[in-house]
Amino acid sequence: MSYRTPLSQARGLGSAKHGVGHWLSERVAAIALVPLVLWGAYSVILLARMDYYEAASWIAEPLNATLMILTIFVATTHMISGVRVVIEDYVYSNLSKAAALLLNLFIGWLAGALAIFSILKVALGGA
Amino acid sequence: MVQLTLPKNSKIKPTGKHFPAPAGASKVRTFKIYRYDPDSGENPRWDTYDVDTAQCGPMVLDILIHIKNTVDPTLTFRRSCREGICGSCAMNIDGRNALACIQGHEECSGAKVSISPLPHMPVVKDLVPDLTLFYAQYASVEPWLHTETPEPQKEWKQSPQDREKLDGLYECILCACCSTSCPSYWWNQEKYLGPAALLHAYRWIIDSRDEATGERLDELEDPFKLYRCHTIMNCTQVCPKGLNPAKAIAEIKKMLVERVV
Repeated sequence: MSYRTPLSQARGLGSAKHGVGHWLSERVAAIALVPLVLWGAYSVILLARMDYYEAASWIAEPLNATLMILTIFVATTHMISGVRVVIEDYVYSNLSKAAALLLNLFIGWLAGALAIFSILKVALGGA
Repeated sequence: MVQLTLPKNSKIKPTGKHFPAPAGASKVRTFKIYRYDPDSGENPRWDTYDVDTAQCGPMVLDILIHIKNTVDPTLTFRRSCREGICGSCAMNIDGRNALACIQGHEECSGAKVSISPLPHMPVVKDLVPDLTLFYAQYASVEPWLHTETPEPQKEWKQSPQDREKLDGLYECILCACCSTSCPSYWWNQEKYLGPAALLHAYRWIIDSRDEATGERLDELEDPFKLYRCHTIMNCTQVCPKGLNPAKAIAEIKKMLVERVV
């Protein structure tokens, strides 16, 4: 039983005075992903028709490598910030919430960094 | 984790009572009503009432009053104005939050019309939910005019154009249909203000006479208080007054962006 007044409960810990940045960056990333994913789909079709050496030299083109890295980077940030919202929605206890948020961040960036490194390796190292 | 099943003492028992229609009833319709009596120590149950709808008015509230008067006086529900202006008789009717007084039972499609209290709120008794937190959230947005300029001799003036901005907002009667239909409010009602409180917050933010717009926006800019709204739109779908809380929330979000961009 709690003797806190309802108003005190409703106010809780007060406003965090942030949130617009997260909301805006998620939407900006979503807009950026529209052309990037279209280009990505086009590239995958293109790459599927090439042999190994053609594909490696295609990735080594500066514009192709840059767009690939941007696609991975923007998709990773968008995914991490989206999953974060899902965790905040459904996970309540401080400990499991902290664990889930850290896992989200670590696994997301591990995958993203691996992908970016792989692109750079092919792009810079040659076939 | 979010609790997707009801707590043990809230699980609905299958053994409800059945009240058959009186002999000679002409237009019988079955109503399945959520019953819970905290004093009995028993779990909630569904009672079914076969009502002769020829004997009562067209609205669901007429049915409830008919049941209470002639069939089962223990049935508990809130009602007052019986014309959709007080918001007392908000409940979940046929799977949808509505005001019993302006919801015709013929508008309900179910073979059995189910009637239960507003979802995901503590139940006081039968169809009466505990809305204490909901009202406190309304109070927390300080729903009154904030000014620092010395009060004018007469009224605070407002142009007709600025007055129009309050249309679609001031009509809210705080029946809680919207907030209790919102999944985000179900999962995080301790931290998320919910559509009703946010609609009222916007009503004061957009009021040309108010001088605390920035402070009001400061108080709302929070990952939970405001940004738990994921534009699910249940609030707008169920509002018995035809208002659009989702749009009001979107306007608040737009103003917060306007502040930084």
